[in-house]
Amino acid sequence: MTMSAGYGDTQQHDGPGSFWTRYVWSQDHKVIAIQYSLTAIFVGLVALVLSALMRLQLGFPGQFSFIDSTHYLQFVTMHGMIMVVYLLTALLLGGFGNYLIPLMVGARDMVFPFLNMLSYWTYLLSVLVLLASFFVPGGPTGAGWTLYPPQAILPGTPGSEAGILLMLISLAIFIVAFTMGGLNYVCTVLQARTRGMTLMRMPLTVWGIFVATILGLLAFPALLVSAVMMFLDKTVGTSFFMPVIISLGEQLDYGGGSPILFQHLFWFFGHPEVYIVALPAFGIVSDILATHARKNIFGYRMMVWAIVAIGGLSFVVWAHHMYVSGMNPYFGFFFATTTLIIAVPTALKVYNWVLTLWQGNIHLTVPMLFAIGFIFTFVHGGLTGLFLGNVVVDLPLSDTYFVVGHFHMVMGVSPVMVLFAAIYHWFPKVSGKLLHDGLGKLHFWGTFIGTYLVFLPMHYLGFLGVPRRYYAMAGTDFIPASAQSLNSSITVAALVVALMQLLFIANLIISLRWGKAASANPWHATTLEWQTPQTPPAHGNFGPQLPTVYRWAYDYSVPGARDDFIPQHLPDSAVAVDDAQAYAKAGK
Amino acid sequence: MSGQSDSAAEAKGWHSVVDDWAADQRTFRVSWGKLMMWIFLLGDTFIFSIFLLSYMTVRLSATDAWPNASQVFELVVFGQTVPLFLIAIMTFILITSSGTMAIAVSFAYRKQKQLAVYLMLATAVLGASFVAMQAFEWSKLIADGVRPWVNPMGAAQFGAAFFMITGFHGLHVSAGVIYLLIVARKLARGDYDQRGYEIVEISGLYWHFVDLVWVFIFAFFYLW
Repeated sequence: MTMSAGYGDTQQHDGPGSFWTRYVWSQDHKVIAIQYSLTAIFVGLVALVLSALMRLQLGFPGQFSFIDSTHYLQFVTMHGMIMVVYLLTALLLGGFGNYLIPLMVGARDMVFPFLNMLSYWTYLLSVLVLLASFFVPGGPTGAGWTLYPPQAILPGTPGSEAGILLMLISLAIFIVAFTMGGLNYVCTVLQARTRGMTLMRMPLTVWGIFVATILGLLAFPALLVSAVMMFLDKTVGTSFFMPVIISLGEQLDYGGGSPILFQHLFWFFGHPEVYIVALPAFGIVSDILATHARKNIFGYRMMVWAIVAIGGLSFVVWAHHMYVSGMNPYFGFFFATTTLIIAVPTALKVYNWVLTLWQGNIHLTVPMLFAIGFIFTFVHGGLTGLFLGNVVVDLPLSDTYFVVGHFHMVMGVSPVMVLFAAIYHWFPKVSGKLLHDGLGKLHFWGTFIGTYLVFLPMHYLGFLGVPRRYYAMAGTDFIPASAQSLNSSITVAALVVALMQLLFIANLIISLRWGKAASANPWHATTLEWQTPQTPPAHGNFGPQLPTVYRWAYDYSVPGARDDFIPQHLPDSAVAVDDAQAYAKAGK
Repeated sequence: MSGQSDSAAEAKGWHSVVDDWAADQRTFRVSWGKLMMWIFLLGDTFIFSIFLLSYMTVRLSATDAWPNASQVFELVVFGQTVPLFLIAIMTFILITSSGTMAIAVSFAYRKQKQLAVYLMLATAVLGASFVAMQAFEWSKLIADGVRPWVNPMGAAQFGAAFFMITGFHGLHVSAGVIYLLIVARKLARGDYDQRGYEIVEISGLYWHFVDLVWVFIFAFFYLW
């Protein structure tokens, strides 16, 4: 019975033998996590290059002949879709979810390792299908990452021949991959925790990933269904989303469909998707702040409830993306209200992060710098969200650079800051090597200041009325010429930020090859993943005996304790009797 | 010393309810496989709900008249036109298959393996005959000139939504038939003799779900 595998598991799991079963067709959650992460980072770099190309056109219009308006729209679309789905979702859940959940809850692996392996290979297939659209006639779709019909599938939009179909197929494959992984994460958290690891003792990282996965399992169906219907509209000529259309003076064979239906379905997926990305980031940053400030997280229970509440609320706010699409005014009222309510648990989390830092023993390590940087970028992105959540303020700002600045700040830069914090934080455990500190600090300051120089001025451009997604501006008297010089400076800053990421990649490679060996627990953290007998953890994670958990994850600077941290698997008896002997007994 | 989350002993009211529920090593007293099936079915429920909501939306947005389901789906039996004749039989068969599945689960838990295998095979046969009748109904509609993109009886969305949603459900039934056959074969071979026969119940969960979805599709497509 699979049921009996959890309790008092004492058997040592043997690692598989050959290179192929060990690193390629591996069912070990840690290997799968690394496969997910490397694929996501690779495809993220593609999206980074696309954004640099977009900025080149916007900063210096017409200077680069290879960026025409068709390519520009394709870059916008692919950049957005790759970053949101194939980088952030895949790296946070497929990468960090896979690596951290079993280690943090004290399990030997995910509950269904084979399904987990299948999840990665399906994800890789979706990425390959997506990238293939760069090489088909007509190129990738340029419909915007929201893929709004009817334009997404009609001639005139770039990639309406094959690109849009590959995009829809790739998304459907991704959803299958996500479902296989997501079922694993949820079941592992619910059913496979080690002895003593109650739900209310789990690190917030696990809580964030857990709730985000549930959101994904319930939100991705909307995207799947809309992808199926749009695919049918395009291929067999159904009219789910297509009204009567006269295109280029010719009446098309469509009629009677509802384009607004697509928007509702897309955003019923799209808004929870924001929190699929944000909640793991919230959880991870909570743990990193507590560890590097040597202080327990402020209001742990409140933080858990805030994650759950945000997750629930995220399903009833979707139409705030559609204020200008045409809705019953009472809907606008409803969605504005729910949107502003979601700010309450979110603000609560921010207060708790700041209060965690207060009177802490703050170590300005690289992960900590990124975590604190996240608080800044997230507060800025969150506050502009309050503007856009109000219908009357949103109407003039909709589809301007204000929106671009807002969502890049809140769900672009902020989760990426946490991703960097997480990589710097857990790299010693994953690889056994320390990342180079100086390069890391340079990477942080370049990224942090650089992203501010990129996205803060965009809010101002938005107030001027500069529309988003436009390839070039012409004959717009209400926009002062100085807007262009601002655009040029944004481009320069964006290119610097992009170069900083190459520095980061270099740091990864250099440290992996020549870095200093890391100790088992370099940050003196309490959570279980740092207490493994081997670094990096071996197959089966915890050696012959699974750890038993005696305390929550935040026993930092406990008065009377010998060290300023007490690992979760130490019983009170091992801590109360002072000194090394007790620690040795507990297998520390 | 060990933090606020360990205050279960002193916790009162709501707090203690949460602690009770969160304190177990296993949140639900079911096996990994059964829980996974439940969560998968929850996600699948969202898929079918969104399909049906989309169908309702396009039915409202369609500009041409919506065909009368009783007339579209009538069948001439012994010279009499009977509305919804085939559909009534199909629905009866599928619901009967849920019954045979439930009995199979019961026999499996009573360790009467052979009977469980036979009943699972019966369920699979009923499911396959449902798919066959659906194929017949599709062919009849197609012969009447209904296509996903055109419908001589009115709104084109009628055919589009019908083929898409019954097709998606039919795929679920077909996958279920294959799944049941695989489980029945492994059950007969003795693969589960050591681990117990819970897998029969897990596959039954899926089968009941597919039946339940059909009830909604039936109500919204044929009775509305």
